[in-house]
This record gives sequence, C-alpha cells and structure tokens, in this order.
Amino acid sequence: MKYIVCIKQVPEIEGVKINPETGTLIREGVKSIINPYDLYALEAALQMKERYGGNIILLSMGPPQAEEALREAISYGADEAILLSDRAFAGADTLATSYTLAQAIKKIGHYDIIFCGKQAIDGDTAQVGPELAQRLNLPYVTYVRKIELKENSLIVERDLDDGYQIIQITLPALLTIVKEIGEPRVPSIRGKMRAKKLQIPIWTAKDIEAKEEKIGISGSPTRVLKIFSPPLRERKEIISGSLEEQVKTLWEKIDNILK
Amino acid sequence: MELLLDKGKCTGCGDCVDVCPFGAIVLKDKFPVVNEECRLCGLCVKACKEGAISLPEKIKKKPTIKAKDVWIYAETKDGELATVVYELMGKGRELADKLGEKLIAILIGDKISHLAQTLISYGADIVYVAEHPSLSIFNEKRYGTVLIEILKNHCPNIFLAGATSRGRSLIPQIAASLETGLTADCTDLDVDIKKRLLLQTRPAFGGNIMATIACPEHRPQMATVRPHILPRPKPISNHKGKIINFPINEEKIPDIPEIISFVKTEVKGPNLTEADIIIGVGRGIKGPENLKLIEELATLLNAQIGASRAVVDAGWLPPRCQIGQTGLIVSPKLYIACGISGAIQHLVGIQSAKTIIAINKDPEAPIFNIANYGIIGDLFEVIPALIKEIKKARGID
Repeated sequence: MKYIVCIKQVPEIEGVKINPETGTLIREGVKSIINPYDLYALEAALQMKERYGGNIILLSMGPPQAEEALREAISYGADEAILLSDRAFAGADTLATSYTLAQAIKKIGHYDIIFCGKQAIDGDTAQVGPELAQRLNLPYVTYVRKIELKENSLIVERDLDDGYQIIQITLPALLTIVKEIGEPRVPSIRGKMRAKKLQIPIWTAKDIEAKEEKIGISGSPTRVLKIFSPPLRERKEIISGSLEEQVKTLWEKIDNILK
Repeated sequence: MELLLDKGKCTGCGDCVDVCPFGAIVLKDKFPVVNEECRLCGLCVKACKEGAISLPEKIKKKPTIKAKDVWIYAETKDGELATVVYELMGKGRELADKLGEKLIAILIGDKISHLAQTLISYGADIVYVAEHPSLSIFNEKRYGTVLIEILKNHCPNIFLAGATSRGRSLIPQIAASLETGLTADCTDLDVDIKKRLLLQTRPAFGGNIMATIACPEHRPQMATVRPHILPRPKPISNHKGKIINFPINEEKIPDIPEIISFVKTEVKGPNLTEADIIIGVGRGIKGPENLKLIEELATLLNAQIGASRAVVDAGWLPPRCQIGQTGLIVSPKLYIACGISGAIQHLVGIQSAKTIIAINKDPEAPIFNIANYGIIGDLFEVIPALIKEIKKARGID
C-alpha cells in the first residue's frame, strides 16, 4: 500500500492579532505549525500503515520554510517527503493549489490512498481535497472518522451534520479526515532522528510539468478585493448587583431576544 | 503579475508593511520585500503615500459574456428543502433582480419533484428537477455528475449552494471541473452591477478579519453560503415559474463510492448550525454530572447544547457538540456561554452569533471581551437562580 498525505504549514492562530489602529493583521513573530487537521490525516495514514503495511509520502506546497513542517511530520513516522516550492506557485487559491498538487501526484505515479485534513485552519475552505480528487478523477469521501480495508476497497465512516454514512469506496481514492480518527501520536526519538537526516527533494513548476497559466496567482480565479475588521458588537455590559438583581436583568435581556 | 517597487520614490516608511493583511511585506535594508504570502490584493499600492508601489495588470481576458442567471443548488434532507435553501432563494432573488437575470434552482434526488413548486413560490423562475432512484441517497460523485452536466450546458453567471457539510463536500469538485473560482462559507453576498461581479464576503483567518472576494474572469462565480446568517424570506405570492425535468442517463451515473448505510443521529430539535439558541458549556461545568443543570435551562429556553473543546476532549459531551476552530461554526440568535473562558479557537466558532451572554467566575476571562452581556459569577449559583427566575416569570412551579 502506498499512501500520500497532503500537509500545509499554517500560522498558529493564537499568534495572529489585529492592529487596533489599522485593523490589519499582525503576523510578526507568529509561529508556523502543521495544520492540525493534517496531523489527523497523517495519523489516519499511520494507522493504516500499522495495520496493513506500506509507505507514506508527505506532500506540501509552500515557501522553502515549509520544509520544517515536513520534517516535523516525518518524525511521526512517515517515510518520505516532497516539497513543492517555486515563486510561481505563490498566491494560489484552491483551484491552483489542487492543480499543483495533482501534477505532483501524477509525477509520484503509483498510490492507493491520498489523505488530506478536513480543512486548513488559515483559509477554512475545505475545498482542496475534493478539488484534488476531481482533478485526479478519483472517488473521494470527506469528513472520514473510521477506515477499514476490505480487499481492494475501503469501508469508511463519514460524519455529516445530522448523522453518519458508512461507505464502500474502491482504491485508489482520496479521503479527508476529521479529528474523530484519533489524536495524533507522539513523535518517536527514532522518528526525530530520521527527520533530521532525511533528504527532502524540492520540486519546482518545471519538475511537475505545470502549465504557467494554471499555477499561482495566474491560475487562481479568485481575487481579494477588500479586507476589513468584522463589525463591532454592541457595547458590552457587565450586569452587576445582587444575584437576584443580576438574574432578573439577565432574564429581561433574554426574554427580549426571544420575542 | 508582480508588485513593482520604485526605489527612488520609496522612503522606507513601512506603511505597506502595516497595511498588508497577509504579513507578506517586510522591510529589508529600509526597502520593502514581498514574500510568497502576497495575494496581490493591492492594499499596499493604495497605502503608499509616495506612489512607489505599483501592480501592473496584465491584459485581462474578458469573462464569457454569454454567462447569465443566478443558479442555486436546492439541497434536500429527508425529502425536505434544507433551511439554507430558503435563505439562498431570498438572496438569489435579490441578486437576480439587481442584475436583471433569472433565478434558477436545481433539485437533485428521488421523490423530490413536489419541492419544485415550493422553490417557485420562493422566487425561482425555472427549476431543474433531476429525479432518479439512484439519487435517493446523497452521494458526491453521483450528485456531482448531474450538476456538472447541467451547469456545463448552461454557463451560469452565479452559482450558489449552502455551506452545509453536504454542500461543502459536493461543490468543490464542480468548481474544479468547470475550472472556476469558489469561495467557501460566505456570510454576505452582493453584486457590482456595472462589472456584473459577485461580491463574496467571508471571515478569514478564523474570523479575525473579513475579506470580500470576487472572481473577475471566470464563470460561473461560485460560492457556498453559511447557513442561518441570511434572513429567511417570505414566499412571493403568485410568482410563476417553469419546471424542467432533467433526464437521468443511468449509465452515466457512477456507482462509486457506494453508500452502504446512513445512520441518523438522534437529536432533539435542530442541529447546532441551525439552532436559534445555544447554551455553550465549558470546563467551568466541572463534570458530566452537572450537565443536568444546563439541560434544565436548555429545555426552558428551547435551546441546544454546545461545548468547548475541553468538554468534548474530556468526553462529557460528544464531538458533534464541539463549537470552535476544530468543531462547528454556529450562528444562533443567542449564545449563552457558561463556564467558558473564551480561547480564540472557541470564539472563532461563535463570532457570528447575534447576541452573546457570558457567565464566568473569572472577570479576566476573554469571553467577556466579545460578550454583549456578562455576569461575573459562579455558574452553579447564577444558573439555578436564572432557572428560578424564568419559572417565576412563566408561572411554573
């Protein structure tokens, strides 16, 4: 079995603050982390590898420093990693990202399961997984929380708003993973050693035979027109007084809202 | 396209660094340097008093002019229209009227044709009905194949769907297949009538900031819209529309993946993403044995119960109750946070609640920064007293 896990390096959200004067984001000194959902995707791949054997390749598109994210992910027990990095990839939206990842996966060639996190916490689009599946013409299941192998297919459980589905899907296939798959394991000492030494190849647009008009900003149909601070909430009010007075006022407020 | 800097004009003031929402500009040797995070939004161009930064636009290809009309995917659940569909119809009608275009809805499923008339009464000019037994259960590949075929034949100007778990899973493959832009989980939509552009507003970076996004050169302009944010419209009396049956060619419907079964979660009332009132429970509840207090309040207020990550991780409430960054985004009329300190990851999930009430012992808890009303106090005193007050007001013993 050959598994590919897509990894994105994202800013840690606690670090992102708004400059109260300009209303813009202050990202200075913000730590970069592996997108938390991608760690669930990696955990899913590691569980599969433990049960059925195989090889895990990590794939990430990002600036050169995204290599750190790949090294960290290797320490959890993945086997290989590839970084897609090229100035020409910059500014990609989900359409260009899915194209770039698809080109790289075509170059990798053989694979059985592609794992993605449910979404990335910086963009929150949850679009790259399904778009990538479409580009590779693969069947896909989103929000997967449980996976079993059955001959040349998988039996998976997937979450929906109002329940869950049990689905049989033939391989190769793409899955996006939710946290119910299980908390990510702790990296081993051996894994950390491997992560330090491992050679991580960097593939450019040329290496994956990507068309210039389909990558980066040129391949991205969406444009950010405007950025602004969310509308401020009504001024906050701390309800004071004795407990009786407090709940009386509180109930008046609630009752008003319910009307 | 690339940002160009005129070093002769640049004074190294750093205004561009401050204004960049992506943190893509840093000063190096007194001159701004742009990194990979740049999305070419152009804010720095506007911010530069010296006019030292420019963004030369390539000659743009004109969008397909024949693209027209506002299309909506009318998601169904248990043989009914999903509530977000009504909200989309209201907004869709408004946009279509502004553009002077038609509003067209697509229904997919089995035994759903009776819903077409409902869609017409909410403003649809045309309803496409794709009805077939093989479409009885939601399946992205099957529904996607049908949608792609309909859309490829018609070239909509705008295509909207609900940002439900089903919608967000189904729609991206359509965008990839049509090679167009898709904006996820929008909280507001409008149109630029002159440019015929859909203006799609959504929270970015965990709701810290709002972004308005457009898809200038590709059609359709596609967006999923967060449920429960747009107002639910009233039916339009005497609105007339046409129903067109879309023939299903069974051979074209893929049989992979196969849905073996669907297990519905037994939940009383609406799910959290559609609830009007939610009581959020945090670590302050101390243990699962104390949840009955919250349940009593929830019953009185006809509210649903949600939770912070800590409560779910402790196993006191199931994962489907988790609100926040790695859980659900909710938008109720009223959110009552009980014993929730308000870590940013949780606040992200309740940002679009209309009113937030916080009850917490700790006056420094960040939840008070975004709450409209707060009580600094022990929830084990405040909630029983509130329950008593409600019962008194309603004349219940």
